[in-house]
Order: sequence, then C-alpha cells, then structure tokens
Amino acid sequence: MLAKRIIPCLDVKDGMVVKGVQFRNHEIIGDIVPLAKRYAQEGADELVFYDITASSDDRIVDKSWVERISEQVDIPFCVAGGIKTIEDAAKILAFGADKISINSPALANPQLITDLTHEFGQQCIVVGIDSYFDKDTGLYQVKQFTGDETKTRTTKWQTLDWVKEVQARGAGEIVLNVMNKDGVRDGYDIEQLRLVRDVCNVPLIASGGAGEISHFYDVFAKANVDGALAASVFHKQIIEIDELKRSLNQDNIEIRLC
Amino acid sequence: MSKINVAIIDTGCANITSVRCAFERICDDVTVTRDQDFIRSASHVVLPGVGTAGAAMEKLAQFGLITFIQSLTQPVLGICLGMQLLTKSSQERDIDCLGLIDTKVSAMKNSDNLPLPHMGWNQLTHLTPPLFNGIDEGSYVYFVHSFAVPTGAFTAAQSDYGQAFSAAISQNNFYGVQFHPERSGKVGSHILKNFLAISATQEKIGS
Repeated sequence: MLAKRIIPCLDVKDGMVVKGVQFRNHEIIGDIVPLAKRYAQEGADELVFYDITASSDDRIVDKSWVERISEQVDIPFCVAGGIKTIEDAAKILAFGADKISINSPALANPQLITDLTHEFGQQCIVVGIDSYFDKDTGLYQVKQFTGDETKTRTTKWQTLDWVKEVQARGAGEIVLNVMNKDGVRDGYDIEQLRLVRDVCNVPLIASGGAGEISHFYDVFAKANVDGALAASVFHKQIIEIDELKRSLNQDNIEIRLC
Repeated sequence: MSKINVAIIDTGCANITSVRCAFERICDDVTVTRDQDFIRSASHVVLPGVGTAGAAMEKLAQFGLITFIQSLTQPVLGICLGMQLLTKSSQERDIDCLGLIDTKVSAMKNSDNLPLPHMGWNQLTHLTPPLFNGIDEGSYVYFVHSFAVPTGAFTAAQSDYGQAFSAAISQNNFYGVQFHPERSGKVGSHILKNFLAISATQEKIGS
C-alpha cells in the first residue's frame, strides 16, 4: 500500500529556517541542513523548503544550500520560491531537488506550469496554492505574493477553479495551504480539503493548521489527502515525528515506520 | 578483487545529483560522465533518468549512446525512467527503447480513483536476489511515476498501486528499479550496496 506522507516544511529566509504566524513575524528556527537531516532520521517522508521571500522580492531562491541538502539527505525534497522560468527550475533540479513547487509565478503566468511539465515531466512539478476563506463572502479565494504581507493580493481565482486549472495544465501534485490556518494549530481545514480532494486527481498535500496528533489522523481519515505538511509543531518539537507515525499506524492509517 | 568504481551516465537529466550523492555515500569512486572509454572500464554503470521516455531516448541518440549502452557487459542499473529505457518499448508516445530487458512499459491505470502520478513511499514484495538480498518483504521505497512495467518473467520485485507492477526488473547484466533508491533512506542505500556487490561476486566466481 502507498503510505500517507508526513512532510515537515521548512520556510527559508536568507539561508535560515524561519516560521511566522499567518505568514507574519518570522522568527529564526535554525540552520537548514542539520534540521533537514534530523527530520530525515526521525522518519519524515519528504521535506519541503519554501523560500518565503523569493516571489515577493522578485529574485530567485539562493540555491547554494540545495546541493548541500542533496548530499546529506536521503529522502525526497521539494524546493519552492521564485521559480519563474525553465532555467530557474533546471538549476534547482540540477542541484538535486526532486521536485520544484511554483505558486505566485504560476498565477502570473499559468503557461509556466505547462512548459515546466513538458520540459521536466509531470512528476516533479508541484503547484502550491495559498487559499483564503473569506468569511464575509463565504468564498475560498486564491492569494498571491503571500511571502510579504504588504504585497499579498487576492487573485481572480476561486480555489476549486484554480485546482482544476493547474491539473489541466499538467501539475503533478498540489499543496493546498489554508492561510486562515497557518501557524494557528487548531487542525487542518477538513471541509475545504474534502472539497478540493473531490476535484483533485493528482496527489494532494494538506498544509496549515496542524497542532496535535489527532489533526493528522483527521486529515488522512476524513479528507483522504496523500500527505500532511506541517512546520511549527515539528520545529518546536510539540510533536515528535516517530511518535506521530506510530500513533497513526496504530489507528490503521497506512504509514511508513522507520 | 579489482576496485569498484561507478560510472553514472550523464544523460543531462535532472536527478543526476541525487543519484551521484547516494553512491558517494557508499563508494569513494563515483564519476558522472559521457566518456565511453571510461564507462566501459567502470565496474558498475548507472543509467539515471527522469522526465519523458521520448525526450530521454532522443538525448541518448544525440550523445551517440544507444548502441554503446547495448554493448555493455558489466552490471548496469537503470533508475526510474532509466529502468524504463532498458525495456523494448514504452507506451509513452509509443517509442522504441534500448531493448535490453524483454518487456514493455505501459501507462498505469487510474483504477479505484487513485491519484496519478503514483507518488510516495510504497511497499516492495516478491523480492529476489541479488538486488534485494537482506531486504525485508514489505519494505518501503520512494516512487514517482505514471508509467510502469507489468509483472512478468523479468520482474525482480513487485509493488502494488491499484494493480501489481514491476518495482524492479532484470535480465542478464541489466537491472532496473522503478523507484528511487537514492531517495529511499536506508533501504535504498542497502539496495545500491547490493548492486555494487553483484560484480564483486561475479569476479570472485570468474577469478
């Protein structure tokens, strides 16, 4: 059986791992490579590195650390941040990343998804979606440039339409980040993830809201996502990965035990 | 026993760095190259690959490597798309492959509404030597693919995703793994060590 994936996310800013609450007030967590290695040893199934400043500052992610991770880590990892061209993607993949994830540039130029898929294959092209639930309108809206609060804007896309669009353009995986839940730790947005799952035929990764072990059980059992991404609960060691995986396994979630 | 050295064929594809790093963790003589004399003299050859079969075969043709790879006699390991290239043909745009392992690649079926690509850690079963010596049935390795080789006479290990498929194949000196051992933690590293042990064993028998 294919195992559900536990995916620590490391937000990278100026070469350090950082974490903020609802995309603000970033605090430094630590160096990239030792943290990545620790997670791999503890049983993480995959790692995601987001350079959260990249898209906003109109520059590409500093790539020197990508090869150091590839040298030291023996699980798959994905790099996101400011990838706007085939050349940008080629460099990061050549440094050893298994996948690249695009978000704001895909919204600016949806053709980029198609072009990347043709060049590198569907399997390594991930589309990240920052979805915001607007309580006033009751709509799920896609946001762009979320790395910098002053530049964040609401796009013309509603989340489910954009999920369909990126698949039609060849995305190999979707990471749905529920912005209302980022860093809040009161559980994944099961309702929204269920809606997205219904229209998502590629692997779907849930992001935003993990605070305790039961949240992971809920998102796998109730929203049937392929992977669950989390940051602060792992960085701050509120949840130990091996304990999480043993617990999920006992509750009959298909999990790779290390 | 002569020294083990690994030549990774530089196909210009994306995952060469991670494959090189994985072999460097277990072997101190690893080279990424298209130099045919060098590759022919290596004790082990690796054919990496990600992307599409058509584009990869075009690259091999462009570098003049097709008949060269077909003529290799030492152990050769194809990884992921590299494995698929060792077969006779791929349904992915109906292209001819290297024809070194007598089987064909077909599209995975989207049965039971399972998402495609098949992406993530899945279990190995029906394990056979020498590639899977010491590996437990049910061990997890990392897969990312939408095309697969059905199970058959040349299957060396199986996995299951809606249907059983070949997780590994082999014929003569050619071995292929559909998963990514370079990204499969300790299990993957063990499988790569088993690959490097193949020629050593053969040389012992031959000497």
